[in-house]
Amino acid sequence: MDGSLAERVDYQALVLPYARSPDQDAPRPVRHPVVIVGAGPVGLAAAIDLAQQGIRVVLLDDDDRLSTGSRAICFAKRTLEIFDRLGCGGRMVEKGITWNRGKVFFREDPVYSFDLLPEAGHRRPAFVNLQQYYVEGFLLERAQALPLIDLRWKNRVTGLQSREDGVLLEVETPEGGYRLQADWLVAADGSRSAVRKILGLESKGQTFRDRFLIADVRMDAPFPAERWFWFDPPFHPNQSVLLHQQPDGIWRIDFQLGWDADPVAERQPERVIPRVQALLGPEVRFELEWVSVYTFSCLRMDRFCHGRVLFAGDSAHGVSPFGARGANGGVQDAENLAWKLALVVEGRAPESLLDSYDAERVHAAEENILNSTRSTDFITPKNEASRAFRDAALGLARDCAFARRLVNSGRLSLPSTYRDSTLNTPDSDAFDGPMRPGAPAIDAPVLVRGEEGWFLSQIEHGGFTLLCFGETAPDALPGTGGIPLRPLLVVSAGTAPREAVGLPVIKDADGLLAQRYDARPGTTYLLRPDQHVAARWRRCEPALVHSALARATGQG
Amino acid sequence: MLNTELNIAAPDDFYEALVALHRDLTPEQNQLVNARLILLLANHIGDATVLRQAMARSREGINPVGQDATLRATA
Repeated sequence: MDGSLAERVDYQALVLPYARSPDQDAPRPVRHPVVIVGAGPVGLAAAIDLAQQGIRVVLLDDDDRLSTGSRAICFAKRTLEIFDRLGCGGRMVEKGITWNRGKVFFREDPVYSFDLLPEAGHRRPAFVNLQQYYVEGFLLERAQALPLIDLRWKNRVTGLQSREDGVLLEVETPEGGYRLQADWLVAADGSRSAVRKILGLESKGQTFRDRFLIADVRMDAPFPAERWFWFDPPFHPNQSVLLHQQPDGIWRIDFQLGWDADPVAERQPERVIPRVQALLGPEVRFELEWVSVYTFSCLRMDRFCHGRVLFAGDSAHGVSPFGARGANGGVQDAENLAWKLALVVEGRAPESLLDSYDAERVHAAEENILNSTRSTDFITPKNEASRAFRDAALGLARDCAFARRLVNSGRLSLPSTYRDSTLNTPDSDAFDGPMRPGAPAIDAPVLVRGEEGWFLSQIEHGGFTLLCFGETAPDALPGTGGIPLRPLLVVSAGTAPREAVGLPVIKDADGLLAQRYDARPGTTYLLRPDQHVAARWRRCEPALVHSALARATGQG
Repeated sequence: MLNTELNIAAPDDFYEALVALHRDLTPEQNQLVNARLILLLANHIGDATVLRQAMARSREGINPVGQDATLRATA
């Protein structure tokens, strides 16, 4: 679908019709390999990823609408790269507001600014801002194009029996209930997860004693596409304010209100409008688009895998919004889970491979919660001493470089490196740089058959990639034991690859790929389907590749 | 390693200056000045081990009787 047509869709108003499934008339509960609960960003991403890998998916949602209100608005580079692999990254970036820069103000003065993507040679920016309903709408349209996805709206899970080899679900619809069997259930049903409640499981952590007002306003305003954050500004004394641009002339303004604020009174337009006007100045005209008052918590489940039920996204963990780590973390859960679940469903990998989903994504959730908690502690001091340190850091920041680095208005979402994952093969050769086993692959510009392209687009095929730097192909390619493995040869600019090489070849146009991967002729990387590094060597030894591949698929 | 032996050449001069730093300030201003001083000194020291040892030493023997503003969350 082209952009101009897409712009006319009002995704917030879209009603997604309930339709009767033949499963509802089946004499016995129909069995499906994978059922996903929740058609939000996480459930949709997981469904698309699985379908792209040839797995049939039933996707249940208790509602018949996409997200109401803008909600998650910041989508990080890594998430955009995942959306690229899912076939809808371009639409997200085209519609979204691209930004890399943030500014922090203390009272009247700018104290600190940061550039989140200071180097060139990446396809995707550090962030785009895009209302959650667009993200869900674009994912939905992609999902609707995949015949392996069976989307069922107004299908609410009301009961669940966990069994050794699957799950029996009770589902309520406008036409009554039916039962459904799933070999595997993915619970992507959000922070108030019905699946989690039915199973009697908990997500635990802390709630911050503070309230925030989100006001989305529509206006023509001269602010740049940057993230602006004020501590104690004259127009909203003693509290913080965040201003951020969204598509369609909408701006997100987030006002800290304090714990004692009345959440009902504060969402009334007569309270909200003067706050916005104080920020914008008396001459700016605007309309309120969406208003919400909220408190937030950082919490997670102890484990994300419970037998055949796998939790992903907000059902498994929650963070405060500062840092944009909620939806981004959730989509990254989906991507981590999808390839593993696909291999398990196809019988190519043991069920124990899913233990690595739990380990890797619990680690990522801990990282996100740590960063989110630190930001929230800075923004919402818990006691007088922490307020004094915060004001001290802000006061020193203008003149002292070290203090600028202490100012924390949100440490923005970065993908996790699965440092200690059992799927990694530890380095046996010496390497520099960040591309250690467990790290997400970094992008770089490349030439593909003479055309300009991007490295990450070359490894979007859903299987493992054996990336070989050098002028010639390795002598022999390793056997893969049913695991999809695609070799890819990287030659340096200026070399004419030999026609007879017999492998897909990309050219390292600016030498950035070799630089970012600390590669020399012979350097070989094994990359997972989710584009994380599984192993790397200075020489391609088929036997080593073979055992690294086994290890990365839970067979090592 | 945190040095708790005397390391200041003129200790009485230092102590007098430290107290003078807070002259005529409200408790809130005192706290802000102390916070700035701690941040400046901590950055100057830099060594994470020393900083953690100093933090632990300063908290020794103090049993918390206050209450931070967070609540336990369960969902």
